[in-house]
Amino acid sequence: MIRTIRIQPETFDTAAETAALTEGRADIGALVAFTGLCRDEGGRLTALELEHYPGMAEAEIDRIAEQVESRWPLLGLTVIHRFGRISPGEEIVLVLAASAHRAAAFEAASFMMDYLKTQAPFWKREHLKDGTTGAWVEAKEADDRAMERWG
Amino acid sequence: MKLVYFAWVRERVGKTDEEVEVPESIRTVADLVRWLKGRGEEYGYAFENEGIVRAAIDHVHVKPEASIAGAREIAFFPPMTGG
Repeated sequence: MIRTIRIQPETFDTAAETAALTEGRADIGALVAFTGLCRDEGGRLTALELEHYPGMAEAEIDRIAEQVESRWPLLGLTVIHRFGRISPGEEIVLVLAASAHRAAAFEAASFMMDYLKTQAPFWKREHLKDGTTGAWVEAKEADDRAMERWG
Repeated sequence: MKLVYFAWVRERVGKTDEEVEVPESIRTVADLVRWLKGRGEEYGYAFENEGIVRAAIDHVHVKPEASIAGAREIAFFPPMTGG
């Protein structure tokens, strides 16, 4: 089991991260990649700004990864979460889950995202097209319900 | 102990962090929030709806009834919106 967790301001290269996870491996039969992107919300936004809690962000994602690995037989797990100013169309988050068979990889990636959204200490704020700073994005109840379904 | 604030809690309190000497009678996170609210209107504003603001002790999520004994760093922040 190879676990990679990074919190960084830079963009990431999904193909390179996938290659790093699978290179030289003959046991991986399934790899699920989830990429979260910055939307412009119908042309309203010029950027999202992501604030995070350094130290806790890494620790919390590590704790979520431990839960994921205890629930599914994974062969690899990569989580990269960006912070700072992110423009529409750019990546915010990457989750790669690798396993022998697809069910574990799909479910592990889904669980990871549901927990990331509600438990990892990141906060989004909108920057608007007119140059002003918009509101902090409000947490969605649907995200809490998505997490709760895992029991 | 050190208190740290994030997102709109940070903006309302008006600082990113501070060192505080907390009286011994303050035993839980909820006690600490009540004590902070007595220190000024900026704290009253930040914690006006106590059910909303979340807390972490030494990088671990905690509930309001959690003990603050031995805590080095306590963080307050809004519900998270990452991912």
